Amino acid sequence: MAERCAVIGVGQTVHRSKREDVSIAGLVREAAQRALDDAGLGWRDIDAVVIGKAPDMFEGVMMPELYLAGALGAVGKPIMRVHTAGSVGGSTAIVAAHLVTSGLHQRVLTVAFEKQSDSDAMWALSVPQPFAAPLLAGAGGYFAPIIRAYIRRSGAPSHIGMEVAVKDRLHALRNPYAHLHLADISMEKVEESVMLWDPIRYLETCPSSDGAAAMVLASERAAGEAEAATGRRPAWVHGMAMRSEPTMFAGRDQVNPRAGKDCAADVYAQAGVERPRQDFDVAEVYVPFSWFEPMWLENLGFCDEGDGWKLTDEGATSMDGGDIPWNCSGGVLSSNPIGASGMLRFLEVALQVRGEAGEHQVDGVRRALGQAYGGGSQFFAMWVLAVDKP
Amino acid sequence: MSPAPPVHRGSRPVAVVSFAQTQHVRREANRNEVELLMPVIKEVFANIGITKDDVGFICSGSTDYLVGGPFSFVAALDAVGVWPPRRESHVEMDAAWALFEAWVLLQEGEIDAALVYGFGKSSMGDLAKILALQLDPYVMAPLWPDPVSLAALQARALIDAGKASERAIAEVAARSRRSALANPKAQVADDWSVDDLMAEEYVVNPLRRHALPPLTDGAAAVVLATEERAFEWVERPAFITGIDHRVETHALGARDLTVSPSTTKAASVAGAAAGGIDVAELHAPFAHQELILREALGLPDSVDVNPSGGPLAANPIMSAGLIRIGEAAARIMAGEATRALAHATSGPLLQQNLVAVLEGT
Repeated sequence: MAERCAVIGVGQTVHRSKREDVSIAGLVREAAQRALDDAGLGWRDIDAVVIGKAPDMFEGVMMPELYLAGALGAVGKPIMRVHTAGSVGGSTAIVAAHLVTSGLHQRVLTVAFEKQSDSDAMWALSVPQPFAAPLLAGAGGYFAPIIRAYIRRSGAPSHIGMEVAVKDRLHALRNPYAHLHLADISMEKVEESVMLWDPIRYLETCPSSDGAAAMVLASERAAGEAEAATGRRPAWVHGMAMRSEPTMFAGRDQVNPRAGKDCAADVYAQAGVERPRQDFDVAEVYVPFSWFEPMWLENLGFCDEGDGWKLTDEGATSMDGGDIPWNCSGGVLSSNPIGASGMLRFLEVALQVRGEAGEHQVDGVRRALGQAYGGGSQFFAMWVLAVDKP
Repeated sequence: MSPAPPVHRGSRPVAVVSFAQTQHVRREANRNEVELLMPVIKEVFANIGITKDDVGFICSGSTDYLVGGPFSFVAALDAVGVWPPRRESHVEMDAAWALFEAWVLLQEGEIDAALVYGFGKSSMGDLAKILALQLDPYVMAPLWPDPVSLAALQARALIDAGKASERAIAEVAARSRRSALANPKAQVADDWSVDDLMAEEYVVNPLRRHALPPLTDGAAAVVLATEERAFEWVERPAFITGIDHRVETHALGARDLTVSPSTTKAASVAGAAAGGIDVAELHAPFAHQELILREALGLPDSVDVNPSGGPLAANPIMSAGLIRIGEAAARIMAGEATRALAHATSGPLLQQNLVAVLEGT
């Protein structure tokens, strides 16, 4: 990074199964307006806009950024549209941050959204393609065998996934924006819920949400001005990285993908992180199916390979007494506007670092990790934010 | 080796050092997108004797809607072979914007080269219907306005404003197709006279067939490099001395369709106003749009516009904009031009525009 960059404004919508009260433009505008308000800025202060979302077929609008240019205040400005599958919310924030770290812009608005109720994501993911293995049962059908491979490899007991499902939903009760507020969540409830794709039960999977997320990213000078004006401290970017690997080839490890490990190594090196479990105070990690928490604990180096489930089992990732709380917002398991889900991870760690996370704030956060992944566990985007200037 | 020209925008010189494209055709029936891309990517590296290990970043542009499935860019990655894992990104835009993303990253000095590519097969579906889905989903798309009818509205407005005539539009097409005779990759190339073209039936009044871009299956790739690498790999790199892009409102009724202020703005930020342009490659899919862009860019008649034949000779959706940058750079690398302008567009009726200025040493 040539120039410093910080998050100075954060905004998100309330996430729901159907946001019938707003159009797509209304949805993204709601999040973007909140981010601007938080930064103490107006639309005119923004130099450029970077927007991301998952496949266009999720709403049935081709390249919707064209139609959204007005709603995002981009007319007369540069706007870019990123699409990197499920990791897109994170990748979008990174592309936007580079507009600042390259020295090109002072204040960049980045937005991500999905309005799943406008179409049918399961259908959109399952269109048969020539010469490609059919996905058929959507993302869950794709990931269930990978989870089974993890369980076999690690010897994890079967209740681990259910523990994550309960923990993230308890966290979500403290996040007013979360889609799911399941006050009566319990291990029994999860266990009784219908088995969708063995071993993924209904309550171990993410919801389908309408929602949007937005952030204002700023240069060092612009961040200083925003802090002076709003009294809210910036969250400084200490590292950001992206990695991709192919969907399939003989011998590919989809349980613990190398792209994730390489991406983490890159971002940790930039941020000077050597022992992630000790060096981070909180993390927001893309866990769309409960079992991905132990899998990503290992992939991200929070423990040795095969030990991820032990951290989950001992409550290490819980806000209530754990030493490394994961997904205090409730995570993807509690809100999943697909294209925005990655950006929500990046945004939630900004809230934590700024001390603005409200009821789900962890005390004394100095440094935090945001992670997003997509495709067949093959696209990764990560950033590290901290209170101190890098 | 001469030093790179001073950059007008950005902090360090970045150059186009290699360009490759497919033989553009109406219908590539026997090859899928990966197979279309593989020889192009092989060629773009072979041109300068490098491999994928020499590029620190990969960025592509494509759209899922052409294939009618999600994640068309995911499979396309197999044309590169991203193993071990690579730093990679994708825009759901013409690959000219992927080039912009790579250029931004190269400004920071962490990497010294990047691969950019774009691809699309128009033959996979009905492009007129597909592009209608690019319009405002609430008030426009339900009417299924096809791109030719929209373009005809724009051409009519241009003629009514006294800025064009049907004959001037035919002249653009005749010149483009004649220029394309020298471009072995072109899909449409001939030396029909303006009178011949004027004798064609209207497709949508006032546009005759010659004013429409061909439907094309094709792909293209570019390698970008920092100054040091650029001179290592080629004798005469095409340095990007300025690049910018701007968008206009999507509401067609709120725009003056006869002008392109976003092009003017982007050109100004990119430093095109300094003049001295020898060659301009303009992404004007419809013939009359070249007239709008010439005015927006203030190009004098002395500038050689679309010597490749431009999008009227081949219009592979999602890479036609990148090809403009590649073609402009190729003129500089060949020593045929000193200062070139490349333009790319996205969206209905020139809604979004990118301008790059390229210079040789």
